[in-house]
Amino acid sequence: MSDTMNVTNMSRRDLVKTLGLAGGFVLGTSIVPSSIRSLGASPRRDRLEPSVYLAIDEEGTVHAYIHRVEMGQGVRTGLTQILADEVEADWDRIHVVPAYGDTKFGSQNTDGSTSIRNFYDAFRTGAATARHMLEDAAAARWGVDRAQVKAENHLVRNVSTGATLDYRELVDDAAALEVPAPDAVRLKTRAEHRYIGHPITNIYSEQFATGTSVFAQDVQREGMLFAVAQRPPDVGGTLAGYDRDAAMAIEGVIDVVELPEMRPGWGFQPLGGVAVIAENTWAALKGRDALNATFTPGPNAGYDTDEYEQSLWRAIDAGGTETFTRGDVEAALASSSRRISSDYFIPHQHHLPMEPPAATAEWQDGKLSIWTCCQDPQAVQNTVAPYVGVEPADIYVEATLLGGAFGRKSKPDFAVEAAILAQHAGRPVKLIWTREDDLHHGFYHAISAQRVEVGLDEAGRITAWDHRAAYPSLMETATGNPTPAATSFEVGLVMQQPFALPNLRIRSGDAPAHVRVGWLRSVTSIQHAFAVGSMIDEIAVETGRDPKDVWSELFGMPPQVAGRERARGEPGPTDAERLDAVYQRVAQMSEYGRELPDRTGIGMAAWRSFGSFTAAALEVHVDEDGNVHVPRAWTAIDCGLAVAPDRVRAQMEGAVVFGLSIALMSELTVKNGAVVEDNFDSYEVCRISDAPDVQVSIFENEHALGGAGEPGVPPVAPALTNGIYAAIGRRIKRLPVADQLKA
Amino acid sequence: MPEYSFRLNGEATSVEAPEDMPLLWVLRDLLGLTGTKYGCGENVCGSCTVHVDGRAVRACSRRISGVVGSEVTTIEGLSPDGLNALQRAWIEEDVPQCGYCQSGQIMAAAALLESNSDPSDDEIERALARNVCRCGTYQRIRNAVRRVAEEG
Repeated sequence: MSDTMNVTNMSRRDLVKTLGLAGGFVLGTSIVPSSIRSLGASPRRDRLEPSVYLAIDEEGTVHAYIHRVEMGQGVRTGLTQILADEVEADWDRIHVVPAYGDTKFGSQNTDGSTSIRNFYDAFRTGAATARHMLEDAAAARWGVDRAQVKAENHLVRNVSTGATLDYRELVDDAAALEVPAPDAVRLKTRAEHRYIGHPITNIYSEQFATGTSVFAQDVQREGMLFAVAQRPPDVGGTLAGYDRDAAMAIEGVIDVVELPEMRPGWGFQPLGGVAVIAENTWAALKGRDALNATFTPGPNAGYDTDEYEQSLWRAIDAGGTETFTRGDVEAALASSSRRISSDYFIPHQHHLPMEPPAATAEWQDGKLSIWTCCQDPQAVQNTVAPYVGVEPADIYVEATLLGGAFGRKSKPDFAVEAAILAQHAGRPVKLIWTREDDLHHGFYHAISAQRVEVGLDEAGRITAWDHRAAYPSLMETATGNPTPAATSFEVGLVMQQPFALPNLRIRSGDAPAHVRVGWLRSVTSIQHAFAVGSMIDEIAVETGRDPKDVWSELFGMPPQVAGRERARGEPGPTDAERLDAVYQRVAQMSEYGRELPDRTGIGMAAWRSFGSFTAAALEVHVDEDGNVHVPRAWTAIDCGLAVAPDRVRAQMEGAVVFGLSIALMSELTVKNGAVVEDNFDSYEVCRISDAPDVQVSIFENEHALGGAGEPGVPPVAPALTNGIYAAIGRRIKRLPVADQLKA
Repeated sequence: MPEYSFRLNGEATSVEAPEDMPLLWVLRDLLGLTGTKYGCGENVCGSCTVHVDGRAVRACSRRISGVVGSEVTTIEGLSPDGLNALQRAWIEEDVPQCGYCQSGQIMAAAALLESNSDPSDDEIERALARNVCRCGTYQRIRNAVRRVAEEG
């Protein structure tokens, strides 16, 4: 890792108090981006602003400050495994502290499948340092060399005498010691790990099984009121009128409050509209109905996804802006012996977390506290602050458990609404979004059109890959700046694949956003893996070869990349073999090539994303009526090391279902600027009967850690449509499959 | 406001509520039992599944006036004396990811097993067909229910 790590023994005077501990041994580690150091900040200054992930109190309890949020990916289990292992903790003597917003933790943006891979070293080093100091304290107590002592499961043992001291008995002495330099601290070897890389039951499983876990929708505060809001149907629409008296006449309604209009530069701003505050949710909902709110259409009220698709194809026809080029695609196409061109389309997709957004805000003596299902507590602080006139650091933001997120809860517009309403009400307010609110006012995965043209030589090898894409960018959401076309960050994923493509060009066509576009689990890998994975299969069909042979031939390094500095995200020297390995693994697991029942095929695809390598093989059956069924699936992931292997397995299983929803049934449409789909009956996702039994293979090697939450998704859609082709010879180029195969 | 009496998790309970208030909001907002989750409000996701007189019912679509005199069981009352076999199987299979839909999944599965102690895979899928899990834990849900059925 290129980041520099600092470990500091925090002064008990300063920190123990803020951590709410009675006393004890507090150890902080921080990741300081190397860019900050190069800007001239002194190492000493870095040490004054450490992050705190670990504290051991006088009882010997290890407090794990899990600064990333838990949304089902298992991070509170996985990060805790790292700490517990290196500090040699008894698993039952660990207390997990949920994320609250504070810049001292470094980035808390739980996004991009980064929590384990970006904080593995910091958590290990911090915990190992604590272990080292506890060992030193024990050695001093016994008057022996530290080589004579060894930490084991919350005890330090004197290896000569067999005597032991509990961590509880060593905390005070350890806390007084100088912190050893990171390179003086021995990390455990892989063979010594007993939590890292071992399946551990999700720390919340029992709470989930008994209904005692607390999500944002479940927060309860003394004297709390409940609120819902009616927002403009189109982004940028404004409130025109409403019947306040009618809402106030509903029993239990306390107040009706207008929300601030959205300003240019969308970002994470709330959309405006009007809210009803009531004594309970039902009264608030009835009050909202009674408002009969009307809105003045804004600049996006004409947005219609059917028409917009046509504009995307026109942008494709026009060529677009070149964002990446390697070799000479035009010349290679001109000299190829055969050219194939195909168009691919995916509609807007929605996150649809089972828990719709919610936030509870409470003001006490001018101080604001917020409990919410956010992916980044610091983003909540920063987004809310200007609306309520306080500094971000003065807002206490605690991430509850998130009932799913998938990128939606990175954007805390709902927390702003709650903060404004609580300020207005002078009492705690829980603002919930209904399912309809969630569907109508989301940050949608981009509607996308792609055209891929390839040139082949006489042997059917790919000599040119010309990739055009047109879809609205998520950058307006991410940065607040209007962005007229998908950026290189978004379309560049094609060149990030370790494919032996000497001539590659990627272009992006104009596609201004008319709804809020956000990042959805695996982001633009969804559409690019679909187009790339489909085209490889089509090449196989066109050239009469087995798809597996074409994929296998494609895995390789583009020759120009070797020997020079790589462009952002381009594959590294071992990436082709890693992608090949996961692909061959799923071929093997699925017994690719075996005899299959009638109208049944196996489709496969592979993809590199978030630092990991994944492949999927799906057994696909298409019945005579055109219904698609996937009874079994096989996936493989190489993420270097799966710190929490059962959580990685769960992510890979779930990713198949998530990918199948996109591929088979989910579609979000917009008419007159307003989202058409209302609820689970119109925006469809997989049910239990749609979910295959998934077998997962997890690789382990010495490579840098990759992500695990997202990388399982991209290969699923192309594996499905390739499987459909294998089953019945029909090529699906637009998702979802829906009823395209029905008579 | 009218008062409604029913049995909740084995205890006599009465609440003052408007006649049309769904059981879901009675449980969550008036009684503070948040194990029953809001997911759709339209009887299409199953997150709010509870038992009314032993049958799986969506609390979002059952008015409080419709449970008068009934026995209502929520996830909190499913096994008041510790984990039951289904809950233990849920943990052993490590079913949940985000956990939000799981109360509803467990309540739906519990109602199935109450009426059919050895369901086939088809029967499991039919009983749980209206319970959505966006994380995609379905495979483990099937395995947990099978585990209970096999252990008898």
